[in-house]
Amino acid sequence: MEHRDALILASNNRSGTRQAPPSLRVENLCLRYPNAPEALQDINLSIPAGQVTAVIGPSGCGKSTLLRCFNRMNDLIDGCEYDGSILLNDVDILNTATDVTVLRRRIGMVFQRPNPFPKSIYDNVAYGPRINGQGRRRVLDEIVENALRAAALWDEVKDRLHESAFKLSLGQQQRLVIARTIAVDPEVLLLDEPASSLDPISTLRIEELIYELKHLYTIIIVTHNMQQAARVSDMTAFMDMGRLIEFDTTDRIFTNPSRPETEDYITGRYG
Amino acid sequence: MLPTDWRRLRSTAMIWLTAAAVTTSLAILVGLIALLVVVGASWFLPADAGFDRATLTFISDRWQLFLFASPLDGVGSAGVLPAIVGTAVLVILMTLMVTPFGVFTAIYLREYARDSWYTQLVRIAIHNLAGVPSIIYGVFGLGFFIYGIGGSLDSLFFAAQLPRPTWGTPGLMWAALTLALLTLPVVIVAAEEGLARIPRDLREASLALGATRTETIFKIVLPAASPSLMTGIILAVARAAGEVAPLMLVGVVKYAPALPVNLRAPFVHLEQKFMHLGFQVYDTAVHASADEGRIGLICATAMLLVLLVLLLNLAAVVLRQRLRDRYQAPVGGI
Repeated sequence: MEHRDALILASNNRSGTRQAPPSLRVENLCLRYPNAPEALQDINLSIPAGQVTAVIGPSGCGKSTLLRCFNRMNDLIDGCEYDGSILLNDVDILNTATDVTVLRRRIGMVFQRPNPFPKSIYDNVAYGPRINGQGRRRVLDEIVENALRAAALWDEVKDRLHESAFKLSLGQQQRLVIARTIAVDPEVLLLDEPASSLDPISTLRIEELIYELKHLYTIIIVTHNMQQAARVSDMTAFMDMGRLIEFDTTDRIFTNPSRPETEDYITGRYG
Repeated sequence: MLPTDWRRLRSTAMIWLTAAAVTTSLAILVGLIALLVVVGASWFLPADAGFDRATLTFISDRWQLFLFASPLDGVGSAGVLPAIVGTAVLVILMTLMVTPFGVFTAIYLREYARDSWYTQLVRIAIHNLAGVPSIIYGVFGLGFFIYGIGGSLDSLFFAAQLPRPTWGTPGLMWAALTLALLTLPVVIVAAEEGLARIPRDLREASLALGATRTETIFKIVLPAASPSLMTGIILAVARAAGEVAPLMLVGVVKYAPALPVNLRAPFVHLEQKFMHLGFQVYDTAVHASADEGRIGLICATAMLLVLLVLLLNLAAVVLRQRLRDRYQAPVGGI
């Protein structure tokens, strides 16, 4: 199981031993953008460690906004205000004292559209370690190889590491972005509709990858696609109009939801 | 006539009108270049040109005169060669000065500053700066750079040589700075547009990996925007190489005893006065007499100036293409 070995190797990048992936707890989180109604209203959510949590809901329900709270990407938006707290191993990351660059290394993010840098495949993956001060070629080579193996991309690109990342297909680009995120060795992975711009086969590969990665990372995935949520996740949160409607195991949400809104959405009567 | 016929006629007429406009401007350009070449070449040929030895000697003599010394203005004339060197060095220095300044301004405006009355004011100032007549820049260069900064430098560091000025006099450095100021708006506007075109998700990708804003700008955004920056530089070079008026106030001379670049340290002599092709054209037109074939000499010099600008532009275009190949995403995705 070469792939499995690579995953274990990738996990050992951080100073030999690796702690278990962390859990996250969202408490009373509210958020508003300027000149708009509240985008998130009093969200309370407990995300289990080392599992996949899916966030589903209709467009504009705030699920991407919620995801972008975990790595403070909402800070980039002028006039965006939030309060409440998100506890990562009992430390509040929404605290103003948090160093966001350190936080974003611990909580990596993969975006909806593949967004590789206009650089070579190698330089894309090496970007994160390099800005963290890793300059030694041999170490970088190793990190890049392990990250690409962990993202199940190594075999396809090992002979052309120095070609432009744009020469890859969209599905490969998205796996490259995942490798790039893994290369900085995060503890949590945020996936914002990672397969929504991909064809079914690429989507399948991404889903397999998520399934394999979940032993090493706490994964939160936002998705439009309910089948996808059902396939890859352990826990599912259903959101609507900036509110968390229901949060339970994926099995329960899809077979026996306790709220009528959830059932309407799951069965396609709404959304 | 039926209205549909009218409409068809109108659109046919429009095609012809626009085509005529294109053809006219193209014809004027071709005619201009042809005039420069033909009239310029006539200066190198004797009146009774043929395929004989006399013609050949005449041509080589004229080339000698043209490049190294032209007797038309009497003593102290150096030909066009030092003017070519002067123009090239001036433009290159100007580029080195304006690029970081312009790019940093654009980075501040586009990346760091929020939209406020201050940035609005700066933008308005930049756009107005682009419309200021070039001679005004010359006046500013003379007053601020030469008398102001140069004069202070002299009284601080070169007091021994006073009253003979070292820096407080027109020279290459002040001319390059003046031209840099003149072309600054062009570079800022082009750089700002280039930065604005870099998609947001590229920046977010870098930030999400734990990069700071500054790391993101210098490692991701700026390389990706570099082709646009080159466009700005190309425009700046084209503008600067053609300017003569401000230079007359800040350092150009009709005869410089030494080249501004040579093998003596510090190799580039920023305090020296220099010669310039554009000024050479002006000087010849004003001072040479008609019977010596003045118009031919003017055209030949002008042709050289055009060629030089073309060459500098070409270099920048090649560089831009290489940057594009390296950094730009393919248009329209895969």
